[in-house]
Amino acid sequence: MDKTVNQKAWFMLIPVLVLVGFSAVIPLMTVVNYSVQDTFGQNVFFWAGTAWFEQILHSPRFWSALGRNLIFSGLILAIEVPLGIFVALNMPKRGIGVPFCLVFMALPLLVPWNVVGTIWQIFGRSDIGLLGWAVDAIGIDYNYVSDPVDAWITLIVMDVWHWTSLVVLLCYAALVSIPDAFYQAARIDGASRWSVFRYIQLPKIQHVLLIAVLLRFMDSFMIYTEPFVVTGGGPGNSTTVLSIDLVKMALGQFDLGPAAAMSLIYFLIILALSWVFYTVMTNHEARQ
Amino acid sequence: MARIDLDHIRHTYTASPKSEADYALKEVDHSWHDGGAYALLGPSGCGKTTLLNIISGLVTASEGRILFDGKDVTRLSPQERNIAQVFQFPVIYDTMTVFDNLAFPLRNRTMPEADVKRRVDEILAMIDLGDRAHRKARGLTADQKQKISLGRGLVRSDVAAILFDEPLTVIDPHMKWMLRTQLKQLHRQFGHTMVYVTHDQTEALTFADTVVVMYDGEIVQIGTPEELFARPKHTFVGYFIGSPGMNVVPVTLDGGTAHVDGEAIALPAPPRERPQAKTELGVRPEFVRLTRDGMPFSIDTVEDLGRHRIVRGHLGAHAIAAVVPENETIPAEPRVTFDPAGINLYADSWRMELEG
Repeated sequence: MDKTVNQKAWFMLIPVLVLVGFSAVIPLMTVVNYSVQDTFGQNVFFWAGTAWFEQILHSPRFWSALGRNLIFSGLILAIEVPLGIFVALNMPKRGIGVPFCLVFMALPLLVPWNVVGTIWQIFGRSDIGLLGWAVDAIGIDYNYVSDPVDAWITLIVMDVWHWTSLVVLLCYAALVSIPDAFYQAARIDGASRWSVFRYIQLPKIQHVLLIAVLLRFMDSFMIYTEPFVVTGGGPGNSTTVLSIDLVKMALGQFDLGPAAAMSLIYFLIILALSWVFYTVMTNHEARQ
Repeated sequence: MARIDLDHIRHTYTASPKSEADYALKEVDHSWHDGGAYALLGPSGCGKTTLLNIISGLVTASEGRILFDGKDVTRLSPQERNIAQVFQFPVIYDTMTVFDNLAFPLRNRTMPEADVKRRVDEILAMIDLGDRAHRKARGLTADQKQKISLGRGLVRSDVAAILFDEPLTVIDPHMKWMLRTQLKQLHRQFGHTMVYVTHDQTEALTFADTVVVMYDGEIVQIGTPEELFARPKHTFVGYFIGSPGMNVVPVTLDGGTAHVDGEAIALPAPPRERPQAKTELGVRPEFVRLTRDGMPFSIDTVEDLGRHRIVRGHLGAHAIAAVVPENETIPAEPRVTFDPAGINLYADSWRMELEG
């Protein structure tokens, strides 16, 4: 049977094309436009070719900021994923504890990023912050404003506080969907607690866990607000991640060309790493 | 292999039971002989799975004791009781191969790897999955998965008992028959105590030497398939076993005669007791005769099943089914009589003994 071909159907796509055009393609092309030109304002532009890209890729400042991003994402994934699984495993599966735990876990996720930053900025201060004061009081020299290690610890603890809940909630949802018969069979088979986790729980939460890892990686790699509010990238440049450096360059130094080139590189890195994650995930599933 | 004694077991899922109705399992006091093949038969929600889980140790009974070969195991875990259990829906370890799935219960008990291999290969041959032994269990069909679950139940040869909780629900009919035959063979070969929970009377009657019928949290009758058919102890057993189930008609008793709607039915013998309770007469369709004389009967439908016909009709206000062999004709204006050999009397749903 022949199908009627009607090319007019393409017109149906116009609204979505317009929307995507204005929200994504046009702004992105503006950035592309800046990245290959030089300007001193007054809408005067000079062709710069790939000069800005070369400059960024050769600048130690870019590579060290990228390094900080990778270390930050690596550390928070290494803490939040195991901790999230551990908390999810220990949450009650039924009874009145369930709604209490769920609300308690959802709370940090509901706080806006800049508020989280402000909370920890004050919380960690050694003069008026409860945490900073208490840590100093027990004899540990802690000051995130002057000590790079303390600044990093503060940022990581803050991120763990803010986002572990996401991993917990996703894993918990997968865990409660495992039928009781699996646990009963494991008891009959004489499985140890570790075997139950390794052969029943882990395979069942694997899918959501990969989604959680992907979300947390992308989010943490693009982190801006919290370090901006808490440390402002300091002390020195010790917590200057790519996004903070980018804003410094674009708005602080008004180097629009290099900043645009850097945004594109930053964008491509995130795209490439997300693609790698996605491919690894789907290949892993296909093999099974 | 063990003899299992249930010593005044009761179970409730509520914290503070107030009445008998709060008990999911009413008092059970019963012994399962070593090496017996038992079926627990009953409708959904009658407490049969609860009873099974109490035997395996997944549930600890609220009251009473459970003994394996005279040893109190009431507080022991399933592993310490050394029980195997197969569940209604396939439980497999997704990330393991078929072989590892079957080896899992053995390796957890630190059996030497050579023995594990020998034992698993035997089971693989039995469930006919030898060619898939080293494939991941995840991609298999539901009935292959259930065969793995069955295999895991059978793989340990030293278990006290093997419990089956409606294991063939997800298996297609042809395979069902084969697996049931294999289970039966296995039982003859190794003599494990086997308890098989089902709501399917065919499955129960073909698998078991002894069928335990449960209804509303209570064991109503324990007997051989023949006993359940010929002398149901409770009207429920009459309904539930047999196809169609037993006809039950409310009657008033007067010595050796039962009266229903002004019609008199002669009993083989008068009942021993004269209860004040609600009395009923039960007769299986196989013992209902359609004749030219007897009680008035109106036919509603006739189902022809080839070998016999099932005639459904009414005696007064009471629905009656009769089984008529294919070579017998149904009279044009039929009336109905009950064969005295098939008449059972019930007081408050429980069977009354007759004199003599």
